[in-house]
Amino acid sequence: MQDVVLAMLAKEPAHGYELRGRMRDALGPLGEAMNAGQIYVALARLGRTGLVTSERADGLPDRPDRRVYALTPAGQQRVAGWLAEVSWPKPDLTEFHLKLVAAAAGRLADPVALVDAQRREVLRRLRDTQRAALDRSVDPVVGVLLEGVVLRLRADLEWLEVCERMWTERDRTGRKAEV
Amino acid sequence: MTGSTALRARGLTKRYGSHNTLVRAVDEVDLDVPAGQTLAIMGPSGCGKSTLLHLVGGLQRPTGGQVWLAERRIDTMSERALARLRRDDVGFVFQSFHLMDELTAVENVELAALLAGRSPGRARKRALYLLDRVGLADRAAHLPSALSGGQRQRVAIARALSNEPLVVLADEPTGNLDSAATVEVLRLFEELHAAGQTLVVVTHDARIAAVADRVISMRDGAFADDNRFASTTTGTVYGGWR
Repeated sequence: MQDVVLAMLAKEPAHGYELRGRMRDALGPLGEAMNAGQIYVALARLGRTGLVTSERADGLPDRPDRRVYALTPAGQQRVAGWLAEVSWPKPDLTEFHLKLVAAAAGRLADPVALVDAQRREVLRRLRDTQRAALDRSVDPVVGVLLEGVVLRLRADLEWLEVCERMWTERDRTGRKAEV
Repeated sequence: MTGSTALRARGLTKRYGSHNTLVRAVDEVDLDVPAGQTLAIMGPSGCGKSTLLHLVGGLQRPTGGQVWLAERRIDTMSERALARLRRDDVGFVFQSFHLMDELTAVENVELAALLAGRSPGRARKRALYLLDRVGLADRAAHLPSALSGGQRQRVAIARALSNEPLVVLADEPTGNLDSAATVEVLRLFEELHAAGQTLVVVTHDARIAAVADRVISMRDGAFADDNRFASTTTGTVYGGWR
């Protein structure tokens, strides 16, 4: 969050509420879940580490959203470093995988039923996101983000199909072994 | 049409082969599709979803069970009556469009109406209206080869609508389309849904869920899950990476 806030300030100094507006515009419907408090927490931390400065704006009350924030030279350097960095969010599938393994090993639940429940949830998310993307009023830049989320959820559904095949097969052979 | 059933199946079964090689492509399926519903049937390839679509559309005969299209039993119909029903009451949309290459867009669309005995004037008028409805009024005189994949599929959907079918059946309609063209087709389905058209889509593409009231997951010839969505108004959008 701190790096994002810093980079969004790189163009020009801005009020806290302007910064919030810029992020909301870039995220579209995904920005609705964003907590404004997070931005001010990030700004306060950046201020303490000397990456941003802020001053009270003329005629406005002294509140975090009304102050004007600007990058320091150290902040600018950090932005350059962040842009050059190659990081990528890792989808964590191990937890669900281990849930299926544990459920099957201890006969706690039917893994295929767990896959079905998970599929329902992923499908619901995909449906909501794709519906947002179909809205003709959606900003094309926001549309790119929505498409990315849809692509990931489709990959999750494909993986759930693989899980289903595996555990259905296990169930069959397991029952045969018992007979 | 509200409140009536567009499609009904009971114990619907299609088997291939015999004894050791017996495959139950569709295995004792019960299905009710209310008029106006957009239903998506999803599942891995080989799960029987295309066969199911062929059975309810009268393209294939079941080995067991019954099918009704708007209260008319179709599995016992004569070949001739079935052909007429497919022509007049069912609109088919396929993955590879199945347009006639040597006919223009408007000629492709009006063909079904001409075969159904409509006058050339009326058929042309309706075809132009439908092309306008799918956003291709300015492409009426183009040959399919001059159209993009998404445009070809929209022509195919206009053709499927030409005889005001009771139900439109689509088999992987976005299977050959890129992302932008898929969005065009989804928007069109959304409009058809809003206009009250009954629509059954068999697909591997989960994006279809965005325009469906109901998603059935199929495996091994049977329904594994049946998801009904309360309404098609936009819900909460999934935020964050995960």
